[in-house]
Amino acid sequence: MSKNHSMPPLHPESAVDFLPVAQLRDIQFARLQFIVQRSYDHVALFRKRMEERKLKPSDLHTVEDIVKLPFTVKTDLRDSYPYGMAASPLQEIVRFHASSGTTGKPIVVAYTKEDLNDWTRAMVRSFAACGVHSGDIVQNAYGYGLFTGGLGAHYGAEALGASVIPISGGNTDRQLMILKDFGVTVICCTPSYFLHLMDRAAELGIDLKELPLRIGVFGAEPWTENMRERIQTGSGIRAYDIYGLSEIVGPGVAMECTHQAGPHIFEDMFYPEVIDPKTMEPLPDGTEGELVLTTLCKRAMPMIRYRTRDITAIESAKCACGRTLRRICRIGRRSDDMLIIRGINLFPSQIEAALLRVEGTLPHYQIVIDRQKDLDTLEVQVEVTTEALSDTVGGLEQFKSRLAHSIESITGLHPALKLVAPRTLQRSEGKAKRVIDKRLL
Amino acid sequence: MKWKQLSVFLENKPGALNEPCRLLAKAGINVQTFSLADTREFGILRLVVGESDRARRLLQRNGFAVKVTKVVVIEVPDRPGALAGILDAIEGTQVSVKYAYGFTVKPGDKGVLVFSFDEPDSATRVLLKKGFKVL
Repeated sequence: MSKNHSMPPLHPESAVDFLPVAQLRDIQFARLQFIVQRSYDHVALFRKRMEERKLKPSDLHTVEDIVKLPFTVKTDLRDSYPYGMAASPLQEIVRFHASSGTTGKPIVVAYTKEDLNDWTRAMVRSFAACGVHSGDIVQNAYGYGLFTGGLGAHYGAEALGASVIPISGGNTDRQLMILKDFGVTVICCTPSYFLHLMDRAAELGIDLKELPLRIGVFGAEPWTENMRERIQTGSGIRAYDIYGLSEIVGPGVAMECTHQAGPHIFEDMFYPEVIDPKTMEPLPDGTEGELVLTTLCKRAMPMIRYRTRDITAIESAKCACGRTLRRICRIGRRSDDMLIIRGINLFPSQIEAALLRVEGTLPHYQIVIDRQKDLDTLEVQVEVTTEALSDTVGGLEQFKSRLAHSIESITGLHPALKLVAPRTLQRSEGKAKRVIDKRLL
Repeated sequence: MKWKQLSVFLENKPGALNEPCRLLAKAGINVQTFSLADTREFGILRLVVGESDRARRLLQRNGFAVKVTKVVVIEVPDRPGALAGILDAIEGTQVSVKYAYGFTVKPGDKGVLVFSFDEPDSATRVLLKKGFKVL
């Protein structure tokens, strides 16, 4: 069966994506005023920070004045757990989600009925941007529950009129059975989980290229162009990057169009800025820094100048699709992903790039950092694949040293490299666990 | 006849050898001979089995990395000098031995040697020409 990659007609909800820029800025400013006033009136922490700066909501004169406002950070949400940042009374809140906190309490976010409708609209626009339409069969393999991914994608796909299979994450063999038997055309999951599905499909003798599956909506973790290339070549589908985070709404903050030129931010709902994470100064479009987002519509839990920790640049050049929405460049790393090993900054994405450069290596790897006798140690564990396997010890040792050399040339760090058997490293049913830091710092 | 050897990657830890062997046993696949190359960290289990394609599929389906290599299997009399004879025959050609292992069918009767050559086809030609019993 050949895959049908032709585009459906434009969805009515997508009309906003093409607003003239001046009109878009007007909408943003009106909504910013509303959301700042709302937070000032109902969120004690925000009011206190405004008062410290001797600022009132009426001091905003244009949307650019947003730079005067105080930032919100992740710890604000943790410190105010669970309801402290809410701007709506509990009677108006109809849904909670929570993100997995790495330590202790999770981060809780809340939605009113209107918030859920807005989120659904953002997800409809997301799906429509990459060519999903009513009549598509959507296998939603994002986890359902407190994680925003499952229900966010679910309601969006349903509202679009697609047929949704709410399979949630995990149980790879069943995912593949349903993918095949239901004639699924669109899959939503993390990109690393899709790579895992591809591996397993190959083991089971299922050729994904022969199935009607044509679109992957991949998000919830950073991924690379190399991974996109591998997914598209290996499965014949088109792989699209969706961006979002629970603190802002969940998935649907930004989404790629069919030109695959970086996710378009739904700017009428989420106002983007990029700042220098050290000086906190705003940076012009095109310059790399930390992405800061302001929710322009959210009532239950508005986020003003929320520091995402994601490192990216805003691309303002017009996209070939005609959308006036600016785009974010691929997010390859997070400012809090950075590891410091023997004083050298290391991003897991660098290890990934190094492994991908050596032919035949799938990016199933894990970075283990430890400290022995006051010295940091870096170990990279890589699963051996049939493609990479040699029948001689010498061949495998050579493969190991090629990997280690590639890592050293990119990071400047000499890693201990360990080959492990296939499928022994923890798999991402949700987000991939790439780093184990055993140092007690 | 061409023999296909299956090389299976194993981590060097207790029990690592059990799983592939148990899988083959359950599927009724007979292991004709094997050798194990090991380092401190990992091992390579080299297998010569009856139905190599079925065995490869079975192992891969169960998550093993498996490489298929052409090997040359030679029957020799079980007596001193048999191995040396093969190596003498090869010497002077451009072919070299990557590794080899062997077993005796019945002591004093016959032995079977498995060779991995860098060029298995020319090695087979040379050995056949010199009268060796290549299986």
